[in-house]
Amino acid sequence: MEHLELFFKSIFIDNMVFATFLGMCSYLAVSKKVSTAVGLGAAVIFVLAITVPLNWLLDQYILQPGALSWLGEDYASYDLSFLSFIMFIATIATMVQLVEIVVEKFSPSLYNSLGIFLPLIAVNCAILGGSLFMQSREIETLGLALNYGIGSGIGWFLAILAIAAIREKIRYSNVPPALRGLGITFIITGLMAIGFMSFGGMLTGGDEEAKSEDKSAVIEVIKEDIKKEEAKLKSDLEIAENTNK
Amino acid sequence: MGKDSRLILDPLADNNPITIQVLGICSALAITAELEASIVMSISVLFVLGIGNVVISLMRNIIPSKIRIIVQLIVVATLVIIVDLVLKAFAYELSKTLSVFVGLIITNCIIMGRFEAFALGNSPWRSFLDGIGNALGYGVILIIVGFFRELLGSGTLLGIPVLGDPIEKTGLYAFGYENNGFMLLSPMALIVVGIIIWVQRSRNKALIED
Repeated sequence: MEHLELFFKSIFIDNMVFATFLGMCSYLAVSKKVSTAVGLGAAVIFVLAITVPLNWLLDQYILQPGALSWLGEDYASYDLSFLSFIMFIATIATMVQLVEIVVEKFSPSLYNSLGIFLPLIAVNCAILGGSLFMQSREIETLGLALNYGIGSGIGWFLAILAIAAIREKIRYSNVPPALRGLGITFIITGLMAIGFMSFGGMLTGGDEEAKSEDKSAVIEVIKEDIKKEEAKLKSDLEIAENTNK
Repeated sequence: MGKDSRLILDPLADNNPITIQVLGICSALAITAELEASIVMSISVLFVLGIGNVVISLMRNIIPSKIRIIVQLIVVATLVIIVDLVLKAFAYELSKTLSVFVGLIITNCIIMGRFEAFALGNSPWRSFLDGIGNALGYGVILIIVGFFRELLGSGTLLGIPVLGDPIEKTGLYAFGYENNGFMLLSPMALIVVGIIIWVQRSRNKALIED
């Protein structure tokens, strides 16, 4: 149950792109065609599924305050958490390199489809963000960390797939010249993010809110402003429709 | 000198890292619900990009090109750890608000982008100016977005109420004005940036994409 909850939460409610804006750069740059978007999305799922559990182990057994106690009593007071940024990014950069080499060796066809995206991924904020959120949300077991990595990856994949499909279609609409390309993509992403916020109602039972503070704050705001939101949503949709006309 | 000053001025408008080069969007959107957080984020990026560009530029002849990405990441990560520790020491509350986004400066594409595109091929002084210019261009957008979101969303600027008191109905609120809580939610950041891009490209037709 816990697994299922975390899985859906990381795909829909805490969606990487729409809730935390991670990996926006590649999301905007590589979403012009569905086929390339699928390639990059798959690579992100793959790398997140590897790096989040690895960084979880690193965090548990090396970086956390007192994590070194498995070495002996003398080390129990060490706190290396200030090193977490550098350790996480080093793990990610090495893993990406390693994955690239392994995939090239064993599956040239997969390499050809993922190949060009893998180096890009080392500097994709979604990957580092996955590890940092895993750390700040204090995910408890290795299994949950793996689950969180895959879930976040799928969430990112869905987001880039959706925007790529919309951008392929929007070529046929008459967007105002100054909004073409980047501008309209931003506004569409904003509207999609509003849509994804409605998933926030899926898991609002009891302790879920207590677990993540920022989420419950957001839910508070939603409750307060639900009417204004609807009015705003309508006018936003009208604007979007008008701009499309 | 004219060439050097262009390094600072260009990224402010016509070659802006966010609206034109499309780099470093993630942090620009996530932390702009308050003006103060936007300003602190801009200063952090200014520091990391300014110093990082100089360091990379000094090392540009001795970095083997195969491992340059890892070298760059280590340089940025070190600088970001400094920023993070300074923030935790002197502005603890704010560092809680920024949470993981300080760490995400490491993968802020502006930084890697400028290292790759500029610092690897230019002298330290010019790299420094380029770093400062791009960080300022980034900061300008962040501050504009933060300004509007905080003003319209909670009626305050830097935490100081500027539109009157919403509970006692003074100032603008006496005329029935209400805060738009929707501005505080994350999707509005995207829409505000979209509108900034719209305004900028309407004023400068050369920037319009096909």
